[in-house]
Amino acid sequence: MTLDGNAIGGLLLEIFATDLTSAETTCAVCGAVRPVAETTVYLRGPGTVVRCRSCTSVLMVITRVRGRNCVDLSGLEALDVRP
Amino acid sequence: MAGTAVRGRLIWQVATVATVTDETDAVRTIALDLPGWPGHHAGQHLDVRLTAEDGYSAERSYSIASADGEPVAITVERLDDGEVSPYLTQELRPGDQMEIRGPIGNWFTWGPHDGGPLLLIAGGSGVVPLRAILRHRQRSGSKVPARLLYSSRSLEDVIYRKELDQYRGSAEVRYTLTRRQPPGWGGFSGRVDDAMLARIAWPASQRPLAFICGPTPFVEAVAELLVARHYPESRVKTERFGGA
Repeated sequence: MTLDGNAIGGLLLEIFATDLTSAETTCAVCGAVRPVAETTVYLRGPGTVVRCRSCTSVLMVITRVRGRNCVDLSGLEALDVRP
Repeated sequence: MAGTAVRGRLIWQVATVATVTDETDAVRTIALDLPGWPGHHAGQHLDVRLTAEDGYSAERSYSIASADGEPVAITVERLDDGEVSPYLTQELRPGDQMEIRGPIGNWFTWGPHDGGPLLLIAGGSGVVPLRAILRHRQRSGSKVPARLLYSSRSLEDVIYRKELDQYRGSAEVRYTLTRRQPPGWGGFSGRVDDAMLARIAWPASQRPLAFICGPTPFVEAVAELLVARHYPESRVKTERFGGA
């Protein structure tokens, strides 16, 4: 079952200490721009995978290893966080 | 790292259950006493963390059911094969404690300044954040026109029915019953479809603001129908949930 970026609002808040659900993601593959809240999220894999709703490429991967959060943002061309 | 651990401790806070109220056979509203709560906005959610004596812990997200300025409450639907919801809906008593992280989400929220007209579409317990929005609209005296279309299995499964019916003076509230309709039912029946939206969705020319909340397949089907009705994607806010 896929969810959306609302579901990782708490996790992102814990890591980045700010609410990122309305931050705008730009997909590094297709260039689609949409808020984190409207991305596709897979919670059940090993780690949390965030995909582009337009082209399905991976935008972010967050894994927790020995109590530490590892965040891979290489699928993002930009993450636009407005105050 | 030590810094992360300290921040984590600050983010999670202990809440005490103030009251529990049964909404339907399977749904319960839990009001929480949270002394350090910074306040929330209609549509936001929070995370609940329960930890067993052996250290095993489980986290779940629940929409906040109360309006801005009201004490925090969540409404939880029992999923019989769930790990957390049977405890929250059957075992939990006033005075019990749980860990809370929130409020979370600044995208799926509404305040009077966001305007409308509002189109709220709920599938099952997806009505919870939309109820918070309607409640906030009412309490704030907002005159933004609002319509709620709420898809439920049966009339008995409709959450907050009494309260929603009271909004009928100022908002349009419509139910569609997917599995069972009472004799003489005059409302909609079956899943939300384009014919239903043709009757309830504001025309795109009015620049409506839509909020859809429900299980993933429900949300995706309804969002697609609205986009086909020329609602811009940026005016269709969605929140999906999956049972666990």
